[in-house]
Amino acid sequence: MAVTEIRITGFGGQGVILSGYIIGKAASIFNEQHATLTQSFGPEARGSACSAQVIVSDDRVLYPYVTKADILVAMSKDGYMTHKNNLAKDGIVVYEKDLVPVEEHGAGVKNYGIPATRFAEELGRKIVLNIVMVGFLGAVSGLLPEKALRKAVETSVPSGTEELNLQAFDKGYQYGKQLVETAEVTA
Amino acid sequence: MKADPQNVLVGAHYLDGNHACGEGGIAAGCKFFAGYPITPSTEIAERVSRRFPLIGGVFVQMEDELASMNAILGASWGGKKSMTCTSGPGFSLMMENFGLGLMLETPCVLVNVQRGGPSTGLPTLPGQADMMQARWGSHGDYEVIALAPDSPQESFELTIHAFNLSEKYRMPVLIMTDECVGHMTEKVVIPPPEEIELVERKYSDVPPGEAWPYMEFDGEVSPMLPVGEGHKFHITGLTHDIRGYPVINSEAQHLNTRHLIDKVKKHADDIIWLEEKDIDGADVVVMAYGISSRVMQPAIAKAKKEGIKVGQIKMVTVWPFPEKRVKELAEKVKAMIMVEMNWGQVYLEMERCIAGKCEAHLIGHGGGTVHNPEDIYNTIKEAVK
Amino acid sequence: MSKKVALNKAPVEEKQHPMEKILRMDRIPHIWCSTCGIGTTVTALAMALDQLGLDLNKVAILSGIGCTGRVAGYLKLDSFHTTHGRSIPFAFGLHIARPDMKVIVFSGDGDLISIGGNHFIHTARRNADMTVICVNNFIYAMTGGQVAPTTPTTARSATSPYGCYEHPFNLPLLAASSGAVYVARWTALHIRRLANSIKEAIAKPGFSFVEVVAPCSTLYARLNKLGTGLDLMKFYHDNSVIKHGADPKEIDIDYQSQIIVGKFVDIDKPPYIECFNAGNKRVFGDKFKPYGGGNGSN
Repeated sequence: MAVTEIRITGFGGQGVILSGYIIGKAASIFNEQHATLTQSFGPEARGSACSAQVIVSDDRVLYPYVTKADILVAMSKDGYMTHKNNLAKDGIVVYEKDLVPVEEHGAGVKNYGIPATRFAEELGRKIVLNIVMVGFLGAVSGLLPEKALRKAVETSVPSGTEELNLQAFDKGYQYGKQLVETAEVTA
Repeated sequence: MKADPQNVLVGAHYLDGNHACGEGGIAAGCKFFAGYPITPSTEIAERVSRRFPLIGGVFVQMEDELASMNAILGASWGGKKSMTCTSGPGFSLMMENFGLGLMLETPCVLVNVQRGGPSTGLPTLPGQADMMQARWGSHGDYEVIALAPDSPQESFELTIHAFNLSEKYRMPVLIMTDECVGHMTEKVVIPPPEEIELVERKYSDVPPGEAWPYMEFDGEVSPMLPVGEGHKFHITGLTHDIRGYPVINSEAQHLNTRHLIDKVKKHADDIIWLEEKDIDGADVVVMAYGISSRVMQPAIAKAKKEGIKVGQIKMVTVWPFPEKRVKELAEKVKAMIMVEMNWGQVYLEMERCIAGKCEAHLIGHGGGTVHNPEDIYNTIKEAVK
Repeated sequence: MSKKVALNKAPVEEKQHPMEKILRMDRIPHIWCSTCGIGTTVTALAMALDQLGLDLNKVAILSGIGCTGRVAGYLKLDSFHTTHGRSIPFAFGLHIARPDMKVIVFSGDGDLISIGGNHFIHTARRNADMTVICVNNFIYAMTGGQVAPTTPTTARSATSPYGCYEHPFNLPLLAASSGAVYVARWTALHIRRLANSIKEAIAKPGFSFVEVVAPCSTLYARLNKLGTGLDLMKFYHDNSVIKHGADPKEIDIDYQSQIIVGKFVDIDKPPYIECFNAGNKRVFGDKFKPYGGGNGSN
């Protein structure tokens, strides 16, 4: 019974919830697993702290919230600071390199950074940074098959924006894959 | 009757409980939705307002919850399956005319996505503290039917079930969900329309001039009279006789209220829906409803692993309370435990039915988040000591 | 004995009350006091329905709570006696479900304008196709004569024993500014003119409003020492001024002062369902089937 607890954190407007939605959908609709997404948000729609929690499991998810994050996705410094101490021993931190100053978390925890906002801007729309993060997360965590994630991206973004979002996903995924391969070579 | 294919969004979706609830209503044939925005229920209204135009439904955002509740009663008498949704503060406002719906015997569905209370409380966080309000929140004597889903999938299914019960028993039916389930996104499988069984409204076949809006006040369900067909019937929120005419005396009050109560009590076995597990030979039975019945699972599994004989009852229906079953079990087990996100509401009913025959434990919680399974586990351990 | 039986069986000419067609005779006598103005207002409605020649199967009447709230119970129509202040939203739901039916709300000033005030203004704003008839007797009569949002300043009531010091609502102004397309005011004395206005109001597509200033002899007249209901009718006779088209801003009712009556608003504006259909048509084009209601599933 494999259970992965994921927390995604950032500020409102970064697409935190959508990235959680895509991960959950990839697992439950396109990978025959169970995935429960919950979210919490401040009263304001934009700019406030925002967090999504996804539990991915081979069996039905019973407790819907994260207890210790196996994966912490940090898109903002605030979000990282709030949740950095609630990591599983062998957890991973996936973070926005230009926005989040990460710390060393001890032996078991791995940090993976990506300049996702910059990549999104290069693709022409800053707004797709969350999809870059999803691609990156997919590659560095190996949580879900690339195909399932791509399919979830394709069916979850506004129609007409599929191509751009898939480019963003691929960008993040490729960057993550390279990073992992390089790490393995140097290790 | 099967569901109308145009209403059913067949397939596997990744939906939150609120959207799933809206889809359940639509699949059940709801064609009128009146609502007022309130966190954390609003997604139900948003879903329905998006989906209605092309399937012949009308969504109206009303001026307040009083209006919403009344409008769905009016539309129901006009022949439309109708629903509304709200949360704590709005539920308080709806209580007045929820009572009118019970008194007029009007089918409709009211969804309360519970948040923390009292007053404005915790708008964005879960609670289960409106359970007694659901039972007694409108003035006077009556029985209610309330269902509690534990997931988006159940939010879909139980909304259909609520519509069916409301038509079968000709009364408003409550769905008492909560913020956690409402805002939780999971896979929801919507079956093809031919697999969705709907209860059709029964209209009287007595010709105009001879029919009354109620047949007997004996706890059985009378077919409804359609409007606009020459029946020229009268219905009132006042105590009335079977003609629907007000009668202001004690005998009429006795007949009318006994009827409303017996309509549910006489059919309690048909209405009550419990999902039981490992009850035979159990030393302790844990009861819960909605999200709490789900969160208790890891605790029960852990207790079982340690050899504790623990059974469980998930109450899909909370009202009417399963009196008979709890009385029966109280004779057999050492303890019964109620897990709920309040400081003891449905617990009071459990304790009353146990009547000292076994131990009664409450695992209460103020809301804002769900129970920590560890607390449930500790109480189970304590109870079998 | 046999003679008596024969007498009883003697043919008697059966006379029908002229309003039997519309009244629930099995509920008569009604509860209203003698010289109350509600009865004459009901007569005016009956005259209007008769003159319109409507299929009475397709007319629904709804009331809230109070003396006027009992009207629905006495009319032989599909009739709904709802809770206090809530007849308008109930009527709104019924109207949406059955747009083919004429929906009439008949209730009092306290019911419609105080506790039901929010529903009143919003349903007028939406211009839902219904007629609201408000009997304004300046007081909560059924509960024993308490002050109302319509009680004229200085008038006494059971809860304004030293005279009301609040500003009352001007009902036609409230209706007109909220969006009603037809607004008229009469007194219970103006039966024919009232019946004519009710007729026009029912025929008018959209939210129509008719205020009827009516005597309450038992409470309002007594508490203010204004004599009997008949004296109030005399007062209306001497003090009503017909001013069709008067600006609703200019027709406040002060205590025992002139009462301006007439038809103040009669404009055309698309009603709710028409707007609903137009709004959806604009977005969905031919994919959208105009909503027409109908019983059962659409």
